[in-house]
Amino acid sequence: MASSTTKTPPVSIDNINPKVLNCRYAVRGAIVSHAQRLQNELQTNSDSHPFDEILYCNIGNPQSLGQKPISFFEQVVALLDNPAILKKQQTHSLFKPDAISRASQILEIMPGKATGAYSHSQGVKGLRDAVAAGIQARDGYPANPDDIFLTDGASPGVHKMMQLLIGSEKDGILCPIPQYPLYSAAITLHGGSLVPYYLDEETSWGLEVSEVKKQIEIAKSQGITCRALVVINPGNPTGQVLCEDNQKDIVRLCKEEGLVLIADEVYQENVYVEDKKFNSFKKISRSMGFGDDDITLVSLQSISKGYYGFCGKRGGYMEITGFCREVRDEIYKLSSVSLCSNISGQILSSLVMNPPKEGDESYESYTEEKNTILSSLARRAKILEEAFNSMEGVTCNRAEGAMYLFPRLSLPTKSIQAAKVENIAPDAFYAHRLLDATGIVFVPGSGFGQVDGTWHVRCTILPQEDKIPSIVTLLKAFHQNFMNEFSD
Amino acid sequence: MSKGLDYDTLNENVKKTAYAVRGELYLRASELQKQGKKIIFTNVGNPHALGQKPLTFPRQVVALCQAPFLLDDPNVGLLFPEDAIARAKYYLSITSGGLGAYSDSRGLPAIRQEVADFIERRDGYPSNPEHIFLTDGASKGVMQILNAIIRNKNDGILVPVPQYPLYSAAITLLGGSLIPYYLEETSNWGLDIDDLHQSVVQAKMKGITVRAMVIINPGNPTGQCLSASNINQLLKFCFHENLVLLADEVYQQNIYQNSRPFISAKKMLLDMHAPINTGMQLVSFHTVSKGYWGECGQRGGYFEMTNIPSQTVDEIYKISSISLSPNVPAQIFMGLMVNPLKPGDISYQKFVTECNAILESLKRRAHIMTDGFNSCRNVVCNFTEGAMYSFPQIKLPPRAIEAAKKAGKIADVFYCLKLLEATGISTVPGSGFGQKEGVFHLRTTILPPEEDMPEIMASFKKFNNEFMQQYDGTGSSGYSRM
Repeated sequence: MASSTTKTPPVSIDNINPKVLNCRYAVRGAIVSHAQRLQNELQTNSDSHPFDEILYCNIGNPQSLGQKPISFFEQVVALLDNPAILKKQQTHSLFKPDAISRASQILEIMPGKATGAYSHSQGVKGLRDAVAAGIQARDGYPANPDDIFLTDGASPGVHKMMQLLIGSEKDGILCPIPQYPLYSAAITLHGGSLVPYYLDEETSWGLEVSEVKKQIEIAKSQGITCRALVVINPGNPTGQVLCEDNQKDIVRLCKEEGLVLIADEVYQENVYVEDKKFNSFKKISRSMGFGDDDITLVSLQSISKGYYGFCGKRGGYMEITGFCREVRDEIYKLSSVSLCSNISGQILSSLVMNPPKEGDESYESYTEEKNTILSSLARRAKILEEAFNSMEGVTCNRAEGAMYLFPRLSLPTKSIQAAKVENIAPDAFYAHRLLDATGIVFVPGSGFGQVDGTWHVRCTILPQEDKIPSIVTLLKAFHQNFMNEFSD
Repeated sequence: MSKGLDYDTLNENVKKTAYAVRGELYLRASELQKQGKKIIFTNVGNPHALGQKPLTFPRQVVALCQAPFLLDDPNVGLLFPEDAIARAKYYLSITSGGLGAYSDSRGLPAIRQEVADFIERRDGYPSNPEHIFLTDGASKGVMQILNAIIRNKNDGILVPVPQYPLYSAAITLLGGSLIPYYLEETSNWGLDIDDLHQSVVQAKMKGITVRAMVIINPGNPTGQCLSASNINQLLKFCFHENLVLLADEVYQQNIYQNSRPFISAKKMLLDMHAPINTGMQLVSFHTVSKGYWGECGQRGGYFEMTNIPSQTVDEIYKISSISLSPNVPAQIFMGLMVNPLKPGDISYQKFVTECNAILESLKRRAHIMTDGFNSCRNVVCNFTEGAMYSFPQIKLPPRAIEAAKKAGKIADVFYCLKLLEATGISTVPGSGFGQKEGVFHLRTTILPPEEDMPEIMASFKKFNNEFMQQYDGTGSSGYSRM
């Protein structure tokens, strides 16, 4: 008699969607599971390891490492969570007057003055108006609130675009290598093909249009049609900020090749060097006289990065320009299936794109908080970059922007062989050893993609400034030991 | 040169997807609203949009968590009660850096423990927080699980008809096949095991492997609460057919009668014996959007996996990790919902009063609406035993169906558009949920304010009379249940 226990269960590793099996996301992958295991061990027995705490440098999660939220934004969101107190006398003793008036203003434009209802599937109209106004102020070119979709972070916007563009593995999406692995994961999940274009480490992770063109041709020869070009600016993990000429070349390329330009601009407020400046692709396209008929552009922004770092609230938007009515309707339809993004995140998107202005009561304190955070990030970026460059066999491009350093490691052959024995990538082997010795969590470069035979790790610049010296000391000591242990 | 986002080259699955809840009727209603017409939106279960007030205590707690500086201020007690302050302090202590930090991709462990405790209290069986994942609304969880299951169009998912069209939309988007099983309107939207069995047989003949079965309990749009024996039968059915059961239980707090209280699929499963209680795979969904909380805009939900192999759980975790984490404020709402105030807490009395007022009012409105529809010509309506909707059957006369055809509209869409134009009442046509061939319905919510209900029902009745008069002129062939 056949027993039910010999049947394949309805959902098991043998019959789960293979696209799910095939996708990877290293930022919260094996290294993090390892770190969590060590953390649990430390909690049970504080002497179990040669370090006191895990130092998470794997993920761009600033507030988890002590970054203070911007008080004006916090106050407005808190008031809107409990609007009953807006009219109370005592509220004035706890909240700043301009936070109270901004919250009141926002409440007026919420349908039914409710903050707990599903909104329009693109986000509350009044909040999109504020975002559009902010984009216009930033770029000097108009933005249409109907082009804006407020989302739970920028990631859902990426997924929607992949869903739209990918029908099969014959649909290719051009991605920078190294890239933020949301892109590789999303492309795999939606059944498409990632077409890599390599950033040039020698020239500060430069993007060469000739390289992109070459990859388009290679893809074509494999039967893959490229549908979109992803550009992450400032770069993740690479940190480069594109210069205007480069951006213009990219825009021209997309127009010529009929590619959707997906501009991941979530780090637009994180630029640390005097000689570079962020310019949105929207601004660049418009400055070239390119309008909706010339280029299809998806611009992504998030409340998780910048100087605001509201990762946990899940807020952001995509601005889509240059596509026809029918396609916009499809994007709207896709958005409507999940009803809407969370209201708190929507509100924060409108605040981030429309912060206190000169003359506002909170302007001074807001500016001070913002500058403190940004200048500290710039300092930390510099210190860590120098530390990496001082290590044997390590070279590290400067972090022009974003929140990461991506040093290149010349790993000794013996370590590469040891990694092979353990069946992991050599940079993962290094990262696991680092974690075991010091509690420091870096993400192996293989999680982001890299030129074959090169090895990297990604390290955030987010640990608190006063912790950085000890991190550097631990790191240098470990590295020396590692190089000694595996020297040829 | 064709452009990247030309309509022709869009993913076909996207084009095929439909989601009527925010489809044609809603868009038309929004247009009319812009033109100045007063619209009563009854198209989506969105209580706060129709005047339901948020519960006071959770809003106080979350506001304090959003702005922790308040907790250090000596004046905080002027605005917030002690228990809200204490609870906020607790939640802040279990986050990894406040509400602005990504949490664990499955949600904060302490809140998942609160959910596990709630499930244990509710069902009488221990629950493992490692198998509970918090999500940005239950919808995200449904998509995630279906994404794990569906490999290609030969994977079938059994879905009730009528259903909440998230399921049909998700299955289409993911490239799977929807296998309908019909609920029987004349038996209170009951489930028929023979019909289920037939659906599976037919699917198999078409080369489809049926992988999962969806139940919505209490039902949406149909409002029925499944009986214990019905749940028992379908559990056995799923086990026998080797299906994972997806139990959408988001309306478990919305019960308006006593003969069929809510029983979770998990409890029924664990009440059974081996091998089914450890062998049958189950995923259960819940949310902060419904019940008497109605916090739709927070986007808070969870799913609990029962008897799912650990390797599969790891894969599902991996998918969660790509989106980093569910939003933290909603996680706190979830914690508060599953672990509410206790007698003796300062805010307890007020909280209980608020909850009961909402629930009692929903019950009254369920009756008003059902009775109202049943008093209308050519309309029959099952009682809303649970959830938030009324799904009356409109017996459209042949002349109306013809007129609809001429206008290029599905018959119930035609009716609902006319209803909208005449009265401002924005509903969702039954065709958006699925129904038997030739049978028409509309879905409305029981959420408009109680004081507006009589007028809304009167307005509907007037329109319906005129419509039926127009298309069924004689007046003698009309039917009404009352």
